Amino acid sequence: MNLTVRHGTIHALIGENGAGKSTVMKILYGAQHPDEGHVIVNGTETHFRSPKDAIALGIGMVFQHFMLADNLTVWENVVLGAEPGRSARIDHAAARKRITELAKANGLDVDPDAFISDLGVGERQRVEILKVLYRGAQIIILDEPTAVLVPQEVDELFHSLRELTAQGVTVVFISHKLDEVLAIADDITVIRAGKTVAAGVRPADVTARDLAELMVGSELPSPDTRTSTVTDVIALELDRVTVVGTEHVNSRESSMRTGEPSAEESQPTGKLALDNISLRVRKGEIVGIAGVEGNGQTELLETIIGIRAPSSGRILLAGDDLSDDNTRTRRERGMAYIPEDRHRDGLMLPSPLWENVILGYQSMPPFQKGPWIDKAAARVRAEAVVKNFDVRTPGIDTMALALSGGNQQKFIVGREMLSNPNVLVAAHPTRGIDVGAQAAVWDAIRDARDNGLAVLLVSADLDELIGLSDTLLVMLRGRIVARLNPGTVTKSELGQYMTGAKIAEEAA
Amino acid sequence: MNRQKTFYAIAAPVTALVVALFVTSLALLAGGHNPLVAFQKMVHYAGSIDSLVVILNKSIPLFIAGLAVAVGFKMNLFNIGVEGQYRLAALVAAAAGARVHLPAPLHIAFIMLVAVTVGALWAGVAGVLNVTRNVNEVVSTIMLNGIALGIIGVLLGWKPVATLQGAFRSTRPLDKTAWMPTFNRLFGLNKSVTASYGFIVIAIIIGVIVHILFTRTRFGFDLKASGMNPGAARASGVNPKAMVMRTMLISGGLAGLIGMSIVLNQEHRFTQEFPQLLGFGGISVALVGRQKVGGMALAAMLFALISRVSQVLPEPPLFAPKEVGTIMQGTMILSAVIAYEVVRRRAEAAAVKHAAEITAAASVAVAA
Repeated sequence: MNLTVRHGTIHALIGENGAGKSTVMKILYGAQHPDEGHVIVNGTETHFRSPKDAIALGIGMVFQHFMLADNLTVWENVVLGAEPGRSARIDHAAARKRITELAKANGLDVDPDAFISDLGVGERQRVEILKVLYRGAQIIILDEPTAVLVPQEVDELFHSLRELTAQGVTVVFISHKLDEVLAIADDITVIRAGKTVAAGVRPADVTARDLAELMVGSELPSPDTRTSTVTDVIALELDRVTVVGTEHVNSRESSMRTGEPSAEESQPTGKLALDNISLRVRKGEIVGIAGVEGNGQTELLETIIGIRAPSSGRILLAGDDLSDDNTRTRRERGMAYIPEDRHRDGLMLPSPLWENVILGYQSMPPFQKGPWIDKAAARVRAEAVVKNFDVRTPGIDTMALALSGGNQQKFIVGREMLSNPNVLVAAHPTRGIDVGAQAAVWDAIRDARDNGLAVLLVSADLDELIGLSDTLLVMLRGRIVARLNPGTVTKSELGQYMTGAKIAEEAA
Repeated sequence: MNRQKTFYAIAAPVTALVVALFVTSLALLAGGHNPLVAFQKMVHYAGSIDSLVVILNKSIPLFIAGLAVAVGFKMNLFNIGVEGQYRLAALVAAAAGARVHLPAPLHIAFIMLVAVTVGALWAGVAGVLNVTRNVNEVVSTIMLNGIALGIIGVLLGWKPVATLQGAFRSTRPLDKTAWMPTFNRLFGLNKSVTASYGFIVIAIIIGVIVHILFTRTRFGFDLKASGMNPGAARASGVNPKAMVMRTMLISGGLAGLIGMSIVLNQEHRFTQEFPQLLGFGGISVALVGRQKVGGMALAAMLFALISRVSQVLPEPPLFAPKEVGTIMQGTMILSAVIAYEVVRRRAEAAAVKHAAEITAAASVAVAA
């Protein structure tokens, strides 16, 4: 893997999820060490032992998730951890002066005395950039900086970045939104599976389509001659569902940690996470959702299962409006859920497998009998999941945390599939599991589909999406931007829709 | 594997006990007292039938307080307000009980019902605040403790509730029909000195019910899931707000019963001098007993034992301060919490290793 960044330019690093972007970033920032090879900064070979070394050499990192203290002002946040002045006294005047100068010189318009809690996302990002500049960064790495911004804020960010490079700052811009990369970058490096596949590409020389092809690799048509089992019976329907985006804040945990009452359970970002989504999944149909992560797929799944409340729109299960019903009712009506983050939403890690098999089904037979939980039934089911889904474990009394990620995933898939659902809402069902087991999970989903299961499948694995789906939808910025035929679409085409390089009108 | 599990289960409490004894010895030595003599006297004192009865009596409210706290702890809901809940409940129940005249079992049942209701309602205030306004329950229950004390002060000064009896204000005494029987005949005790409280039977029944609630019911499962992983609990269909509300009500209801052994078996009224700090004692019991009913019963008895035997410390030939007992309790709580955490991590690491070995062995077998 090679990456060469010219001084005073904006260099875009692009690649699919899991291509190695974050690893590169960690190496540049000193959080991870390369096994082989060198990092050369301004002509000198360097070895970072920690992020501190990287900062000392003028490399600063702006993370996707902001690390700001809400109840402090802008300047306080900027100096936090690098306070000027001697001993316990902070030199307010000097700090404010320096920050105002920095902000002015680099076109980062923000009031140093404003409280972070009063700022919008775009302004918060500018504070993050100020933070690294204040620490003397000459090379700034931005990790997916536009993921959290609305289009107008993106324009403002790009304007600031131009000002920065004019001042001689070098910017490394990590992204997978191709239209934005083409708009801002001076040079582009494309990586795939940890390797550089194109370096020093000039935006003028390529189209978004070319980049998408480079990102996802060679054209792999997926011939599929299976017979369709899609029926006319609508199992799941979303009718003009809109959801306002929120930062995922776990109220129980955050209130425990900070010990202070939080005003809101989660902070609205003001952005629409789901914008007027309508879709239908019929019995015997697998509807695949493609999209770059963070374009509303998480919110879509969480809204369907009832963890998130839509601000408008209806969710219907077998024709019944369940919009006002809670997660338990939805599950009792036959909805199964494979969550995106298995540790956060799928398992009780310190509990044995036989207890985990109950999770999500504790109010249904065979596990609930009156007010009681039937442990014997749980053990029987757990044994069945372990056996049918090849979960490698010493036994069903083993704690879930003892299993490898792939085996945990197989366990969750098995638990949901053996509950005999009508509708399966699944995110990355085969993430982290080995190739053999992957095929088994696919077969299980297909078999269930053949027997009338309706599946809504979100996945980052394009082969999985194309191979399994009967209908393929593409999500971008909270909207469904394309409806494709998985029988004819190529990965490259799909990649172009996902990144916004190609829009549906063009194809139509 | 099973032997290992047993080892892990025993290691922590034993470590905690050893550390507590060690630190207590240091404290005694620092004061110029011989720890060996002290421990010998304490053990000797604990052995008397009187001590046994007192220890059991004292452990009843501590045990119930532990249960009340543990219900919340199970889902990381910290009801620090058990203190205020039980005192308010005891006062209202004693006052209400003095106003009615019922046959024996009914009278007792009525008083307990009032206590449970008041405790639940008072805890429910914190529940409502949390669910509707997202007020942290730690903050609200601490505040409500203060308010409860204020209300108790006001009520004790109010004629229909309490009058001046001797040196301090108290509710009117309960009819004999509301006196819980004792086991005095069983122990051959002269009941004017030490009575063995019959309420212990009710405490055991409550303990069994809570144990079943924790381990066998849907509610117990939801509670455990919410504590272990709120995200997963929510995705599994647990309604976090309803859960907070229910748990607060149950915790408060149990808290209402803390003072009952004292009202029904000991004082037969609520006085200004009603025992304090049992709610906070319950937090210690829940911590040391790991929110397991059996563990909390043992912890409650242990705390009652320490507080009983530390009374011999000021006597000749030792003349040591009895606060050494408090040092012992404090160290015990701290070291137990640390030891449990260390043991938990060890056990988890061992489980991960075991699973990895099995999986690797399976892969080799497949390859062969």
